[in-house]
Amino acid sequence: MKLKTIVKTFATTLLAVSLTACGQSTQTAKSGTDGYRTLDEIKESGTINIGVFSDKNPFGYVDENGTYQGYDVYFARQIGEDLGVEVNFVSTEAANRIEYLQTGKVDVILANFTVTTDRAKEVDFAKPYMNVSLGVVSPDDKVITSLDDWNSEDEMIVISGTTAETYLMENYPDIKLQKYDSYANAKNALENGNAAAWTNDNTEVIAYALQNEGYTVGIPTLGSNDTIAPAVTKGNETLLNWINDEIVKLGERSFFHEAYEATLADTYGTEYEESLVVEGGKTK
Amino acid sequence: MDLGLEVLFKGQNLMRLLGGLGVALQISLISVGFSIPLGILMGLCMTSQNRIGRFSLRFYLEFIRIMPQLVLLFLVFFGTTRAWGWNISGELSAVIVFTLWGTAEMGDLVRGALQSIPKHQYESAYALGMTTVQTFVSIIFPQAVRRLIPLAINLITRMIKTTSLIVMIGVVEVLKVAQQIIESNRMNSPNAAFIVYLFVFVLYFLACFPISLLARYLEKRWR
Repeated sequence: MKLKTIVKTFATTLLAVSLTACGQSTQTAKSGTDGYRTLDEIKESGTINIGVFSDKNPFGYVDENGTYQGYDVYFARQIGEDLGVEVNFVSTEAANRIEYLQTGKVDVILANFTVTTDRAKEVDFAKPYMNVSLGVVSPDDKVITSLDDWNSEDEMIVISGTTAETYLMENYPDIKLQKYDSYANAKNALENGNAAAWTNDNTEVIAYALQNEGYTVGIPTLGSNDTIAPAVTKGNETLLNWINDEIVKLGERSFFHEAYEATLADTYGTEYEESLVVEGGKTK
Repeated sequence: MDLGLEVLFKGQNLMRLLGGLGVALQISLISVGFSIPLGILMGLCMTSQNRIGRFSLRFYLEFIRIMPQLVLLFLVFFGTTRAWGWNISGELSAVIVFTLWGTAEMGDLVRGALQSIPKHQYESAYALGMTTVQTFVSIIFPQAVRRLIPLAINLITRMIKTTSLIVMIGVVEVLKVAQQIIESNRMNSPNAAFIVYLFVFVLYFLACFPISLLARYLEKRWR
């Protein structure tokens, strides 16, 4: 008898909770579908939430004092300064960047976000601030220089949610992919010899091969040339326009060259500066 | 070969790793704290005679069991914002998911432990004139708990280790801090990965081993 009452109370509570949950859903649905904060709302709150990578040196990473650093972060700090608000950095992964914007959990994504037509349907991209294309890095003893005669037993490392993944799935559907959630895991996989090669943004693989002995970039440019740009939640026009104006304004004083020299020059040297940096949102 | 040991002691790195472990332990232990009483309640209900109650709990258990924890985390963290505009923090989302998961699995463990007690134990107790409550408190629970401990410990340590997934909803815990440290030093100490991961292993061990010790002690004591 006693047990029966326990079951009953348990069931009623569950039912009550789910009912209130559903009730609330109809009330708050409106504010949820907008899902973003306008420029004024951000200014008023005094904080802007910017999603960056926390393990992608030199674009977005955390130094030994727990401070965010890198090319994307350098730009993010400038945005905060010019808006007159604090920057709250949110650590994002390649696979959850769009989700973060669509739910308004960040206002801007500055996480090495490559502009693609598919992504542009989901989020709004501002003017670009960097050039990028894909590259393939492989061990010295078996350098891969072409993907056309791919050995069907070999596998290719990619990071989930990156342009490398979609490009390979579309253009080389026969190549078996090994997908990893984070940059660090993909790197470990290549170093442990889990796969024949790793496809990623060419900046990444160039830097990787420069720093790690025994690896060569056999294919420095693969696919089309793309750009990297800030992204905001779809429809957030006030913020998008402000960022576009900001990029143009910053271009007048060569801000992105300054950012390159402060953050990327150590990794890529100055020889890549002109080919990587996009100043004032104008691609050549 | 330079092992990159100094990377661990650079700046705030050591404190950051310990802080990351703190985040992982806080989330998993709070969830364990909720899961154990709720799981016991659920286990009791699962052994009850009420068919609808039993069926719905069975459904709940299977649902949680089939869903990968990552999917549940995304559902609670992003899904509730999408559907209802709720803004649940990453930490709270993690506690909710881990509690839902812990309760389901703990419930099934309790059910298993209770059902493993032979029927004659119940019948003898009732024959002696004990009430249902008395039977459970003095006869069934003491036996069931002993069978439950090793299984529950498995679940608790698994919950601690599964916190490595919560980085996907923006909560930076020990493994993510380790990856951040490895990445930010990839130019000056490219071999630091091994030592940093080794250190993380030691941290997880230090977190989980006392729980195993406690379990062993309790098992002996309640023999």
